[in-house]
Amino acid sequence: MKLPRWIHQFGSPKYFYELSLWLSRWVAIVCVICFVCGLYGGLVLAPADYQQGDSFRIMYIHVPSAWMSLFIYMVMAVAGGIGLIWRIKLAEIVARSSAPIGASFTFLALVTGAIWGKPMWGTWWVWDARLTSELILLFLYLGYIALQSAFEDRRVAARAGAILALVGIVNIPIIHYSVEWWSTLHQGPTITKMDKPSIHLSMLIPLLFMVLAFKTFFISTLLIRARSEILEYECNASWVKQLLGSNNVTK
Amino acid sequence: MSLNEFLSMGGYGTYVWSSYGISALVLFINVIQPVLRERKTVRELQKRFQTMQQHQPDSKS
Repeated sequence: MKLPRWIHQFGSPKYFYELSLWLSRWVAIVCVICFVCGLYGGLVLAPADYQQGDSFRIMYIHVPSAWMSLFIYMVMAVAGGIGLIWRIKLAEIVARSSAPIGASFTFLALVTGAIWGKPMWGTWWVWDARLTSELILLFLYLGYIALQSAFEDRRVAARAGAILALVGIVNIPIIHYSVEWWSTLHQGPTITKMDKPSIHLSMLIPLLFMVLAFKTFFISTLLIRARSEILEYECNASWVKQLLGSNNVTK
Repeated sequence: MSLNEFLSMGGYGTYVWSSYGISALVLFINVIQPVLRERKTVRELQKRFQTMQQHQPDSKS
C-alpha cells in the first residue's frame, strides 16, 4: 500500500524538526494556561463533593493521568506499527519518545489512585480488574523502555518495541471495560456518558481544562524528546551539519 | 475561605496535597529531562562538527 506524498513530506525529519521548534513552544504556552485555569477551577472554585468531601479533588490529576496513559499507549503502538510497515523513521522516533511520558502518566494514575483509595475505600490497593490491568500497562511501558536500551541498533530496537506495543494493545480495551465486565471497587465512568454526564458543570469544566493541559503537556514534551532523537538519528545528514556547523554557533 | 481552610482540604489535606506534589514532581522531571538532553545533544554535535571542520578546512567556506 502506498502512502500519499504529503505524509512522507511530513515524515521527513528535517521538515518535522523545523516545525517542532515553534510548535512545541506554542503548545507549551497553551499547556500552562490550561494548567492555571484547571488548577484554580479544580482546587478553589469547584465545591466540595457531597459524598467525598474535598478528597474528590484528586480526580483532577487522577482522571487525566489515567486517560493519557491509555491515549499515549495508543499513540506509541500506532506509531510503532507505522514504523514497522512503512519504515518511516519519524514514526519510530515518536513511538520511542512517547514511552517514558506514558510510563510517567501510568505511574501517576496508579499512585494518585492509591492515595485517593486510602480515605475513600479504606485501602491503598486491591487486586481488582481495573487496578491490575493498569499495573500491567505500566509493566508494558517499562518492558518497552527496557527493550529500547537492549539493542545497539536503534532501528532494530524500534521494530522489536513496535511488536511488543502492538501485542500489548490487547490490554487497552480490558482496562477501559474492566469496570463494566467485572465487579470492582473502582467506580464506573461518569464523564464519558455523553448523553447525561453525572457530574456537575462546576466540577466538569476544570476537569476538561486539566485533560487539555495533560494532552498539550504530552505533545510539547514529546516534540522536545523527538528533536533530540532526530538529531541523533540524522547526525550524518547534511541539514544537521548545516544547522549545527560552526557557522551557526549561537548557543 | 481562609488559607488554613484551603490547605486542610476538609481534613483530606495530606491526601490531596501529596498526590498533587507527586504529580508536580513527575511532570517537572518530564520537562527538565528532555530539555537538558536536547541541549547536550546540540552541544555534542556542534563540537563534533567543529573538529570535523578543523580537520578539513577547505570543505566549506
